[in-house]
Amino acid sequence: MSATSTTLAAPGGGRRAKDAAIRGLVYLSAVVAVVPLVWILVSIVSQGLPAILSAAWWTQDLAGTTDRKAGGGALHAIIGTLEIGLVTAIVAVPIAVMGAIFLIEYARGTKWARLVSFMVDILSGIPSIVAALFIYTLMITLLGLGRSAIAASFALVLLMLPTVLRSTEEMLKLVPDSLREASYALGVPKWRTVVDVVIPTAFSGIATGVILGLARVMGETAPLLILVAYARNLYLSPTTSNMGTLPTMINSGRNVAEALPGYERVWGAALTLIILVMGLNLLARAVARASRLKDR
Amino acid sequence: MADEPGANVATTTDPEAAVGPSASLSNGKPVSTSNLHFANVKHGGDRSFRAGAIAAAVIVVLLVAFVGVFLAVIATPSLRRDTVNFFTSTQWNVGADAPLQFGIAGLLWTTALTSVVAMLLAVPVAVGTALLVTQYVPGRIGSLIGFVIDLLAAVPSIIFGLWGLKLLGPFLGPFYAWLQHVLGWIPLFSKGVESTGNVLTASIVLAIMILPIVSAMSRDVFSQTPRDHIEAALALGATKWEMIRTAVLPYGQSGVIAASMLGLGRALGETIAVMIILSQTNTPGINISIFAGGETFASKIANNAQEFDSPAKTGAYIAAGLVLFVVTFAVNAIARVVADRRVR
Repeated sequence: MSATSTTLAAPGGGRRAKDAAIRGLVYLSAVVAVVPLVWILVSIVSQGLPAILSAAWWTQDLAGTTDRKAGGGALHAIIGTLEIGLVTAIVAVPIAVMGAIFLIEYARGTKWARLVSFMVDILSGIPSIVAALFIYTLMITLLGLGRSAIAASFALVLLMLPTVLRSTEEMLKLVPDSLREASYALGVPKWRTVVDVVIPTAFSGIATGVILGLARVMGETAPLLILVAYARNLYLSPTTSNMGTLPTMINSGRNVAEALPGYERVWGAALTLIILVMGLNLLARAVARASRLKDR
Repeated sequence: MADEPGANVATTTDPEAAVGPSASLSNGKPVSTSNLHFANVKHGGDRSFRAGAIAAAVIVVLLVAFVGVFLAVIATPSLRRDTVNFFTSTQWNVGADAPLQFGIAGLLWTTALTSVVAMLLAVPVAVGTALLVTQYVPGRIGSLIGFVIDLLAAVPSIIFGLWGLKLLGPFLGPFYAWLQHVLGWIPLFSKGVESTGNVLTASIVLAIMILPIVSAMSRDVFSQTPRDHIEAALALGATKWEMIRTAVLPYGQSGVIAASMLGLGRALGETIAVMIILSQTNTPGINISIFAGGETFASKIANNAQEFDSPAKTGAYIAAGLVLFVVTFAVNAIARVVADRRVR
């Protein structure tokens, strides 16, 4: 410690210069971090805007068009992305919320909670391609089913589960015990206490988690590549083997030459996806913010 | 906050509460019977709800276990029939007509190189932004900067891929040519692929993708630096940087390491951005240059997703997926252990 204090005791120009240099680097790092975001957003908006401004973009699929032929829209991909996301949420959210209830209301502080919590961490680190391969081995290799939109949804469940579970868990932790005790004192059984008191109190946090989870899975591509074939036509059934989605629409058109009409549609799909996913992210933040303001 | 849920308790639980104790008291019946009745209701609902919660937890645990088990089971027959060493070979011939030859050495190299370079690029920037937000600017501006950086996490990976392929790669082309001209005598910077779809472009894009994760976690730990440590350093006459070096960085060190590991895990498994950007090469062996093309575990699997036609072939790709799973599992587990140690 004495060595440190002797160096600190003599403030010289060298130390000040170093301090200023570091300050410069720290500010520079923020610029470096923000530049890609701005670059991506500006380029996607400027190149994608012409495509999505036409009414056909939102009302037609790509049936009967090719990369060389203008016209058509992204309806098939928009509906596909929304539908796969919705099916994923229907499966994932109940499991995630019940899992969080297990962690906080039933197993808090036990070794079981630590085990489950560790597994949730591992689950949140599983690459999407591995989740996709797992569902492939389960549904296609072992059960002999074909590729389908619902198989992709099941793979996405693995990715959505940890997001929703963690945010629900965090919110349940914040529910004060006095509320639970007040409910018990009124003779309300534990499960009714959880359903009628704890969950409503934590609702905005759970909603935030669900929206963030949806945003994550709607932007995923790898499971869709492996588990469902891209289609240019609108298909609605979740068990269909071909379904268009925005990420796979971008992927299928990524090598289209710049001069062709199909090129513009790729950027249009990218902009539509960004609007959808960023919109969900901002919505989640707004919900979280609104509930925080209410708390004060 | 207390008002609303409080009202909630009253309205939603009133009926049950009324049937319970109060009814029994007014009727003068023995409390024990009503208690018994009440206990029964509680028991049934509670038991099934509890079972539901436990079932959800079991599903989570089994899912993780099953991922490993299923991949291993399906990969085993192909691994048995593999005629080259799985870990050291760079061959990948999984067609039906020839004997199976597949090895992951090339995939392992490209995966590790892209991810490690991405981490080396991302961590200094992430730490810099975290220091800026927590130590240099007022809270309100800090949270605004944090918000903008977090938005990067909301960009889908296919968009990063598209941007890297069409815009970033071509933009960096002249810089790559210069770098190769100056440093080309080092094997790591030797000649690679003609296109800009090389390891370095993939690494830069991966770095941008993991930046928000590492930055957010670093911000969390830096903002928890004890006030006393900061003030003690400043009272000794430390400059801002000296204060950060002696108080903030030592305190946040393990948190930053954990965050970097999480970022590394994410980079190792990133699929679509890498698949789009990285040029595939047909040259055998490993080109260790950062200007080389190649394939990672994830991009190899995704590139061939439509060719899973025979069990033997599928098994080879699933074996690659299994290795990726084990590696990311290990990296994430280490991150978790490091982060836990910090809390204690």
